[in-house]
Amino acid sequence: MMPDLGKYSIYVLGAYGATLFLMAGLVLLTLRRGRAARAALKRIEEETARNGKG
Amino acid sequence: MIALLLRDLRLALRAGGGFGLGLAFFLILTVLVPFSVGPQSALLASIAPGVLWLGALLACLLSLDRLLALDYEDGTLDVLATAPLPLEAALAVKAIAHWITTGLPLVIAAPFLGVLLNLPPQGFGWLVLSLLLGTPALSMIGTFGAALTVGIKRGGLLLSLLVLPLYVPTLIFGAEAARRGAIGMELETPLLMLSGISLGSIALLPFAAAAALRMTIR
Amino acid sequence: MSLWEYANPVKFLALSARVQPVAWAAALTGIVVGLGWGFFGTPDDFRQGSTVKIIYIHVPAAWIAINAWIMMLIASLIWLVRRHHVSALAARAAAPVGLVMTVIGLLTGAIWGQPMWGTWWAWDPRLTSFLILFLFYLGYIALWEAIEDPDTAADLTSVLCLVGSVFALMSRYAVLFWSQGLHQGASLSLDKEENISDVFWIPLVISIAGFTLLFIALVLYRTGTEISLRRARALAVRLDKEL
Repeated sequence: MMPDLGKYSIYVLGAYGATLFLMAGLVLLTLRRGRAARAALKRIEEETARNGKG
Repeated sequence: MIALLLRDLRLALRAGGGFGLGLAFFLILTVLVPFSVGPQSALLASIAPGVLWLGALLACLLSLDRLLALDYEDGTLDVLATAPLPLEAALAVKAIAHWITTGLPLVIAAPFLGVLLNLPPQGFGWLVLSLLLGTPALSMIGTFGAALTVGIKRGGLLLSLLVLPLYVPTLIFGAEAARRGAIGMELETPLLMLSGISLGSIALLPFAAAAALRMTIR
Repeated sequence: MSLWEYANPVKFLALSARVQPVAWAAALTGIVVGLGWGFFGTPDDFRQGSTVKIIYIHVPAAWIAINAWIMMLIASLIWLVRRHHVSALAARAAAPVGLVMTVIGLLTGAIWGQPMWGTWWAWDPRLTSFLILFLFYLGYIALWEAIEDPDTAADLTSVLCLVGSVFALMSRYAVLFWSQGLHQGASLSLDKEENISDVFWIPLVISIAGFTLLFIALVLYRTGTEISLRRARALAVRLDKEL
């Protein structure tokens, strides 16, 4: 299954590892910030609706 | 326009205007270089054009955050923005004033500092010429950067972050011209490119700077 | 029905909600297939050995790094000319993605360069240009973060993006000239697109497609985030006044 990377295995694995780490980090941070922003918006929208009705 | 230029020059020359600060910085930086790389004269001679160009560039950068900040705080910029003189012209004048008070002294000081760094004799003329052609671009690009960051509190560091990448082409062609001049190589191309950058910056960047400034003081 | 309809945040969000699931799924498939195929299913290059597998990351990342900036430039122009908020926010949303891709491009390039060129870094024109692009991304993002008023921030970053693009292009030519001047044409750069055989080419194209789709999905989602933040901000201001 695992291909034989020969003497360069550490470089190839390092490149793939670093990339996956950075991309996963980017996606996770994006999602986390997005969820927080959407939750904050929802909260404040509800508050506005309540205030609007008195 | 002339009145504005004279006013800016007077303000810069007055005590506390920061005149001479860039020059002193340039001197100190040049003196520190041999301490950091060693006193071998051959090494110093080969890096002298690049070091002097970098020093001039950083000295130029040092005074940029004062370029518009003081006028912004006391409301002069609001007056300028509504004055009959187009804001583009006013900013070009400010860039010229910055060049006269910062760029020109650096150009004049550079050959003396070149002596400290063992610059080869044939390099002096070319160093001065390349700085003379390149420093106007540094002032104009810096004015644009100052216009972008003038509304930001403590924008000095940000200003450096924005302006330094924009300085890359000027530095490359300027230092390359000075380097080639010092070792007696053909240097027409970098000199022409350098002049092109300066002329292009002076022609176009006032518009970008004025646009940015209007966005801030709107 | 014109394209400008989507300048309306509500319409944009509705479209984005429909496109996003497809984009995320396709991006994941493209990246898994492209990188998986590249990693497990391609032979070693006779000259580069197994390091050739890094190409399936390096080239797509570099591709996105450049195109993200071009997309930001177009979005900035649209904002300056037509003043559609979605456009300005999309430019803001794309910048960090472009930054990360630039870092990935530089990093994988360095990791590939160490065994192949015997050095992590060389001042080769391509590498240097990417490093400069990295600096431009940093400045652009820092300017966004520094300005409080969102419209002013959008204005100023757009101007920076425009002027920065011109200077980035000039830097590219300056660097070509400068590095040539130093190395006399003894360039280390490897011409990637030429002489590449189909075995490597097909997974590479799939990977590029996957990265591009991931970029689209991320930018759509992040633009949605920025729209929510702006709306929340506006509502908060109004609430303060009413209370």
